[in-house]
Amino acid sequence: MPYKLLKFGFGREFNESRYFEDVQTPKKTYDVVIIGGGGHGLAAAYYLAKEHGITNVAVLERGYIGGGNTGRNTTIVRSNYLTPEGVKFYDASVKLFEDLSEELDLNMFYSTRGHYTLAHTDSAMRTMRWRAEVNKHVGVDSTVVGRDEIAKACPQMDLDCSGHAPIKGALYHNPGSVARHDAVAWGYARAAARMGVDIIQLTEVQDIDVRDGKVFGVKTSKGYISTGKVLSAVAGFTPRITKMVDIKTPITIHPLQACVTEPMKPWLDTIIVSGSLHVYVSQSSRGELVMGSSLDPYELHSTRSSFDFVEGLTSHIVDMFPFLSNVKVVRQWAGMADLTPDFAPIMGKTEIEGFYLDAGWGTWGFKATPISGKTMASTIANDKAHEFIHSFRLSRFEDYELTGEKGAASVGH
Amino acid sequence: MKLLKCPINGTRPISEFVYGGTYREMPDHDVVTDSEWASYVHYRDNAPGLKKEWWYHGPSGTWFIAERNTLTDEVKDTYLFNKPVELESAK
Repeated sequence: MPYKLLKFGFGREFNESRYFEDVQTPKKTYDVVIIGGGGHGLAAAYYLAKEHGITNVAVLERGYIGGGNTGRNTTIVRSNYLTPEGVKFYDASVKLFEDLSEELDLNMFYSTRGHYTLAHTDSAMRTMRWRAEVNKHVGVDSTVVGRDEIAKACPQMDLDCSGHAPIKGALYHNPGSVARHDAVAWGYARAAARMGVDIIQLTEVQDIDVRDGKVFGVKTSKGYISTGKVLSAVAGFTPRITKMVDIKTPITIHPLQACVTEPMKPWLDTIIVSGSLHVYVSQSSRGELVMGSSLDPYELHSTRSSFDFVEGLTSHIVDMFPFLSNVKVVRQWAGMADLTPDFAPIMGKTEIEGFYLDAGWGTWGFKATPISGKTMASTIANDKAHEFIHSFRLSRFEDYELTGEKGAASVGH
Repeated sequence: MKLLKCPINGTRPISEFVYGGTYREMPDHDVVTDSEWASYVHYRDNAPGLKKEWWYHGPSGTWFIAERNTLTDEVKDTYLFNKPVELESAK
């Protein structure tokens, strides 16, 4: 590889080929149509082709690939959840992420940093101990650490948070990582396209053709496509898609905002999260601090960002890291988070034959990209929910079998 | 949305208000089926559009209804909830 790179550097022509063919017009018929060209949809297409030999697949994206929540998250990958189902599911995802650069032949900048979830109260410490024990029980590397260890790992932090929220300890999760989120979408897209999947951008699904409880096709801005299987992997747009097929879900949409600072020299090599102060922060490989906060307080189907958010977030960041008071925020944005009441996703089959749902990813979707793609591909190929996602089925609400995943987003609740 | 009109106190900054969720009619306990009740408990009309919502003005302790478009964040109207409550004893 270095020799190839050297040759490339001295070459006069830089004819690097496109990542995937820009398909303009869809075919008339596909075996599977995936709505949503984000990480989840593209990963499902990739695993359908690779593991199940189904390559007559279209991925329809209304904008450009990875332009939704895949490109709007704060790129944290971890598995220190609270319920055994959740921990096992996300741990499988972390393991897939670790080998993803190799598998897709694209550098994901996957960087294992260690992840500290700070506890500022006794009750938070109790939850950290609980999570650590559940994690250890299913073989995930999480431990409760005290102030000394936190001070050693992150000496820049004011452990008393300006005096009003002194840190008592933290849940330390060794495999906690960050990755380059765009590369995840591009990598899956390229690998899927090489196996014959059509990725069709700037194509909006306007209606889904359902007759007698069965899917027959989708009506798009580029014409009608007939198909027997449709996967909806559209995150914040899920209610608009489920309305087309008349399925009810408990999903509510709230904007989730994030921002980055100007780049600075590397000083923060771990990921720091505080539930009480509603912040999570890590330093990207470009040197920017990537920061996020809790959800916006009311339902809104929009990606507008607000001044209230930066004002609130930065005041908490400065409590933790007073020396950042002169650092500038250079960009802020929002994504539409599709929340469920039990903070677990909704995945699998639905009451409509041939309509599959990969939704309810709220604030925890990016880290699950590989495993959700893999399990949804298996579910679609076999028309039977993968064993990993049985507890995430839509009917769990009617059955009153909610999962109780309170460890989901570290700061959302 | 930065301002909201409280039906009692007039237009106030949004930081004084708390969102209380979409307004929903509770089905009659005596005749409801299990699946209708589960639907009432969990499912929401979650597609974007003009919605009737509960809002709470914190400083004055006022609960009221706002008609808001959840796609554009425009508030059409706010008013007090005045549906008469039928008490069992009053029948």
